[in-house]
Amino acid sequence: MDIWPLILLNGLTLGAVYFVASSGLTLIFGLMRVITLAHGTSFLFGGYLGYVAASVTGNWIVGLVAGLVAAGLLGLFTHQVLIRRFQDDDMRVALITLGVAVIGTDLMLAVFGGTATQVPFPQEFQVALQIPGIGDYPLIRLIILAIAVVLGLAIYLVIARTRFGSIVRAGVDDAPMTSATGVNVRVVFAVIFAVGSALAGLAGVISGTLFPLLPGQDGSYLLFSLVVVIVGGMGSIPGAAIGSVLVGVVSQFALVVAPTYAFVLTFALMVIVLAVRPQGIMGRPA
Amino acid sequence: MKSARVKSFVTFTSEVGMPNNSALSQSTLEVKDLNVYYGRVHVLQDVSFAMGAEPLGVLGRNGMGKSTLVKALMGFVPANSGQALFQGKEILGLPSYKVNRRGIAYVPQGRRIFRSLSVHEHLTMVGAPKDAPWNIEAIYETFPRLAERKKNGGADLSGGEQQMLAIARALLSNPRLLIMDEPSEGLAPTIVDHIAEVFRSLVAANQAVLLIEQNLRFATELCDRILFMVNGQIAADLPAKTVASDSSVQQKFLGVV
Repeated sequence: MDIWPLILLNGLTLGAVYFVASSGLTLIFGLMRVITLAHGTSFLFGGYLGYVAASVTGNWIVGLVAGLVAAGLLGLFTHQVLIRRFQDDDMRVALITLGVAVIGTDLMLAVFGGTATQVPFPQEFQVALQIPGIGDYPLIRLIILAIAVVLGLAIYLVIARTRFGSIVRAGVDDAPMTSATGVNVRVVFAVIFAVGSALAGLAGVISGTLFPLLPGQDGSYLLFSLVVVIVGGMGSIPGAAIGSVLVGVVSQFALVVAPTYAFVLTFALMVIVLAVRPQGIMGRPA
Repeated sequence: MKSARVKSFVTFTSEVGMPNNSALSQSTLEVKDLNVYYGRVHVLQDVSFAMGAEPLGVLGRNGMGKSTLVKALMGFVPANSGQALFQGKEILGLPSYKVNRRGIAYVPQGRRIFRSLSVHEHLTMVGAPKDAPWNIEAIYETFPRLAERKKNGGADLSGGEQQMLAIARALLSNPRLLIMDEPSEGLAPTIVDHIAEVFRSLVAANQAVLLIEQNLRFATELCDRILFMVNGQIAADLPAKTVASDSSVQQKFLGVV
């Protein structure tokens, strides 16, 4: 049995988690031209809430929904209460969301402690699937890969085919002109911010199902999401998908080939993309 | 553009009792002592004028503040002082989408077509009601070229097509006042003639238009009145006929022969 297909599949499933986390960030970043440094906080907050909900009810799906909704509400609160009036001031928005991230990190450490937790999932998913060329592979990873693919297609269709999607794309292209056609871009911003945070929360639950949830992941997932968005091109859902798969696969192969430099190689990928295509793979020059 | 659509548009506007020419004459837009600064640069200096439904042209060389005037009206740049009353109500300080909903639509300089939207998506995103005088069907009837290029991306259009699309996008808001910023810029003469034809039929259908231009002939042929902007001030307010025939006026305000 060759090890490479297995690493590839591991990379794809890790990429699935990155994609769910970063698809929201790419929309927020692309549309609002604002960096939200609280994106990782939404991720970990959603993950913990999903863990609590899934543990209490014993239902994994409830956990997924709880993480999604909780992070979405956190995003809506952050946007409406904290950053809405400073929306035109990038630096203040960055600082406010940094504040949310710092406070969030400590609050979550206080409430959920410093030890690893894992979101419980149904016993029937805790089996291995026989995959030709790879051998036994955990079913849950494939389910999560499927969730990410379905979610990616759904987001893509909403953005590509609906009137709301047209407005979002127009806003990414030229927000002031979109407003001049009678669209209240700020409402669109609020929706996108909430949806983007909700997706990060869902990613937290998904990640917490595959890997342990740990303090500090808010920071690392913010970082990985930013790398994905930069590699893929901001504002592009297909770009986020390509970027996630690249980052996921590269980091998994790097772990095998050169474990010491795995982390560095992920960023080397970003450096290479920036050198060759500064706007990102699917991005367009500003 | 000389289709039944424009006629029905005229009928509609009189049916719903929109004010006719004489009632509008001084009340569409009234700007008083408008001042705009970019940092410490005083770009608009006590700009005042009023317009009714008659097409009004604003002429001036580059950097005289023409576009800034429009951007201030549309809420793109903040005004430091002054008033802009649209149908008697203040619009300065409103966000752009509210200015649009009050009844002002904008055809921007450089057209500002959305690169990632198809022609059809440009039209659907405005959300014009089906029974409005300008709905998507009416647009395709008036601009058959846009119907042909329905599925094309905004970035794939020629300059003339983009200008048509920018005008169509603005018309779908069914505005009382249409502001056009240099619609003839960078277009071939035949296309400019086509835009002029569209402009005339809009004016014939009682559409109030504020036209910002550098192209003297285009503006004087289409507008009744011309304002000259020089260094952020309204330097003259003249009938278009005078401007077209008097080369000393042209020389004085535009530096052309």
